[in-house]
Amino acid sequence: MKALRKLLDRLEPTFVKGGKLERFYSLYEAIDTFLYTPADVTQGPTHVRDGIDLKRVMVLVVVALLPCVYVAIINTGFQANQAIAEMGVDSVAGWRGDTMKSLGLNHDPDSFLANLVYGALFFLPLYIFSMAVGGICEVLFCIIRGHEVTEGFLVTGLLFPLTLPPTIPLWQVAIGVAFGVILGKEVFGGTGRNFMNPALTGRAFLYFAHADTMTGNSIWTAVDGFSGATPLGALAAADVEVGMQAIDVTWSQAFLGTMPGSLGETSVLACLLGCVFLLATGIASWRIMLSMLLGALGLSSLLYAVGSDSNPMFLMPPHWHLVTGGFAFGLVFMATDPVSATVTRTGMWIYGALIGVMTILIRVVNPAFPEGVMLAILFGNVFAPVIDAFVVQAHVKRRLSRHAT
Amino acid sequence: MEHYLSLFIKAIFIENLALAFFLGMCTFLAVSKNVKTAFGLGLAVVVIQSITIPANNLIYHHLLKPGALTWLGVEDSDLRFLGLISYIGVIAAMVQILEMTLDRFFPPLYNALGIFLPLITVNCAILGGSLFMVERDYNFAESVVYGVGSGVGWAMAIVALAGIREKMKYSDVPDGLKGLGITFITVGLMALAFMAFGGIDL
Repeated sequence: MKALRKLLDRLEPTFVKGGKLERFYSLYEAIDTFLYTPADVTQGPTHVRDGIDLKRVMVLVVVALLPCVYVAIINTGFQANQAIAEMGVDSVAGWRGDTMKSLGLNHDPDSFLANLVYGALFFLPLYIFSMAVGGICEVLFCIIRGHEVTEGFLVTGLLFPLTLPPTIPLWQVAIGVAFGVILGKEVFGGTGRNFMNPALTGRAFLYFAHADTMTGNSIWTAVDGFSGATPLGALAAADVEVGMQAIDVTWSQAFLGTMPGSLGETSVLACLLGCVFLLATGIASWRIMLSMLLGALGLSSLLYAVGSDSNPMFLMPPHWHLVTGGFAFGLVFMATDPVSATVTRTGMWIYGALIGVMTILIRVVNPAFPEGVMLAILFGNVFAPVIDAFVVQAHVKRRLSRHAT
Repeated sequence: MEHYLSLFIKAIFIENLALAFFLGMCTFLAVSKNVKTAFGLGLAVVVIQSITIPANNLIYHHLLKPGALTWLGVEDSDLRFLGLISYIGVIAAMVQILEMTLDRFFPPLYNALGIFLPLITVNCAILGGSLFMVERDYNFAESVVYGVGSGVGWAMAIVALAGIREKMKYSDVPDGLKGLGITFITVGLMALAFMAFGGIDL
């Protein structure tokens, strides 16, 4: 380790201003601060000492995502192996099947190892692609514009594949994450200066540009020719008389996450673990989480009580809304993104409730989309700055009237 | 009643003039630098929309529509070719009258709206609203609801954009994109979020 430090120190003069490679300073700086805690302190009159900086915030979010990553891998493998076992095939064509064979594993849904390896064969390429392409875009911008590479893209690069279905082609992952990083973040100046969540922007772009690989029933399980709907998709397509019978998983299965869906979103339990971690470290806002939960529960109870004789989505009880789709994942990791959310306390309550209500509205009332969390959060992002502006304005007015002379 | 409510919601969200049809872009992009003026302009658009669309509705149904002049004794008249010019004339006249009324009776509001009142005479969202009303063949009550709804939708969009642009003072936009360029990108991203409503059938 000492040698590495020495190497970095020896290289430093070539990268600082006036050195041969000063253009690439941001790249050097990124590698240096990624490996070692930076020793330099704030220059200028304000000097706040705090153990938590942007780097630590982002790394903590990545840690909070680990349970979701674990479930994503296991569940993808399990769903695929289960489907393969059901179809009665013992080997799968393609490099993933070959890898399984060369490792001496068969597609047995009861074997933990088989699920882990087969799931990883789906998750890892998506993750590597997302990190590589997102990272290249970020670093290019940083080199040309001369700002530092922040750890924000570690989070974006991990969040993005977790919101995708396991069967998505890799080139689409690349353009999605490139869109999210460049147009969602870098054109505004990088981390902390954007107004929409970059991972969700990329996903929304893919969702509308390539609906064939982002929607439908045959994309959620990573087996060719196997079609299995997510609970929301199944219910939306069901007859009203069938109602909740259309969902073939139990509530506790949905809670644990053993159902088809986007990679990281299926397990509420994993999201809860991440949620506890984020709240304990004080990174995410409990106000946004609570108000989003209350907003969604309130509207879904109302719609459930009203009922409908033509729209099956009205028949989904409120506690089911919480465990299906990406609700928990969006609530814990996406809506609480401190950059694109509101910053005032009152604003957080309004913002969270707006997202919760919009999620249920899109799910239940809009027949075009079975799932609404992604668009609801983007919608919340659009209105977050104006909510803040009005909250501040109201506050100023109240203070003025209180202290009027 | 339910019919009017769903028409209202549709005009605000699903068929948002600014973010679904991209109408009124010139003022939308130019006058969205801060929330306060955007709010004033939005209010002016709501007022103008809810006056001109019903007024144009009356003109269309009682003067221009094929066979509309039967009350004058003219049986087979079709004055639809005069549509565009009469709608824009009505809009200009209404804006003028509104301006004088505000100036005379509500000077604070008149001063707050300032230049925006005459400016929105040439706003394509206003004319677009009237043309949609004709195309969809709204009756008078529907046209009142649609006028208010489309105005509110446009106002909401411009206030949201102004909020984002105020926040973007802290952004570090590349030189080539500063000003209008980044605003176009912002509006595009906002429209992406507004796609949430696409497909709702009320």
